[in-house]
Amino acid sequence: MNFKEVFEELNFFLQAKKYNISLWQYPPFLFIILGTVIILTIFSTYFIGSRYLQPEIVALSVIIITLILLILDYIIVNSFERLLETNIMKSEFINVISHQLRTPISNLKWTLDLALREKDGDRKTEFLKIIKGQNERMLRLVKDMLFASQLERGKWIFKKELVSLEDIIESVLKDFSIFAKSHNIKIKVDIGENLPKIFVDPEKINQVVSNLLSNAIYYSRRKGQVEIRLKRKDRKIRCEVEDKGMGIPREEQKYIFQKFFRGKNILEQKVEGTGLGLFIAKGIVEASGGKIGFQSEEGEGSIFHFELPMK
Amino acid sequence: MKKILFIEDEFTLQKTMGEFLEKEGYKVIHALDGEIGLKLAKKEKPDLILLDLILPKLNGFEVLRKLKETEETKDMPIIVLTNLGEIGDIEKGLALGATTYLVKADQDLDEVLLKIKRTLGE
Repeated sequence: MNFKEVFEELNFFLQAKKYNISLWQYPPFLFIILGTVIILTIFSTYFIGSRYLQPEIVALSVIIITLILLILDYIIVNSFERLLETNIMKSEFINVISHQLRTPISNLKWTLDLALREKDGDRKTEFLKIIKGQNERMLRLVKDMLFASQLERGKWIFKKELVSLEDIIESVLKDFSIFAKSHNIKIKVDIGENLPKIFVDPEKINQVVSNLLSNAIYYSRRKGQVEIRLKRKDRKIRCEVEDKGMGIPREEQKYIFQKFFRGKNILEQKVEGTGLGLFIAKGIVEASGGKIGFQSEEGEGSIFHFELPMK
Repeated sequence: MKKILFIEDEFTLQKTMGEFLEKEGYKVIHALDGEIGLKLAKKEKPDLILLDLILPKLNGFEVLRKLKETEETKDMPIIVLTNLGEIGDIEKGLALGATTYLVKADQDLDEVLLKIKRTLGE
């Protein structure tokens, strides 16, 4: 290694930035700190010992110094664990991405095969439609995964504006009217009074509402209605999406916002979803200064709710 | 006409694979999850079972285990057809009694057909 490379390795600021962690999480830096503290303690113990002959004072200072060393040790071990975790998350993510993509890709492979052999024009078109669907599925998956990754790392730039949540909901309802009808679901809307404006990225909040609404419709099992409620709660606006569908089993409730979590009640059509919807919804709501949650009872239905602060 | 039970939760795949196999002269019985698959295996007595491992409700390995433990279904040949392709999964599948373990992304339709024919002794 030449002199420049050695110098760069020793420049902890640069290295920590490269790994995207703070200086206090960068183990080599912490080792230097630990080393310095050890050297200091050796000297201080010597000086204290040679000046104050009472054994109690020496003992006390040794104890204090040991405590400081233990705390530093803990910080170092912690930062290593954090790095390990990040590493595991990254390889898991890659693993899951490859796996999630493999399914539509292999579907595509076989359908293409059949399409190429098919002599009948109409049937060929049928196959091509399926292929188109799988391709769109892959694009959605990649888009969601990239967004989820950027969200996790805090790298997504939200384009915030002063908007009214009712307008966003109206826009979502327009997009979902055909979908709701095809699933035999009625959507009831209850807009409260005196609703504040919020400072958010309208496209992203639209994504949150769309995701909750789409889940509510899918899990309603083709009957009944879904209700969207909007009300003011102190200095926040609260949105609730309620369905009387399958509900979420108690054992699964704590995993519901996790990436790619698939419940056992998952429906056939939902299999083609990305599995990232709620994870992304949570990320967006929290990055917008809000909170998201739900109440659900298996067999009875669910109420998903989120709150956003007013400007 | 030989009967094939296809246990797979993806509707698109059920459709494409189903049509493909029926063109080749097999009768295809569709099951969109493990529980339905187990029921139909007992009821329809297929000559071969194609089993995906990623299924809602009961997972594929459990279905495999149950098929091999139940008297009426334990002798039915099972071809695992899945995208779960780690060495550990393959070993587990074969250890649980699958006749063949195929990773969807690695197979052509013709190769799958060949393995089906071979398993059925054709």
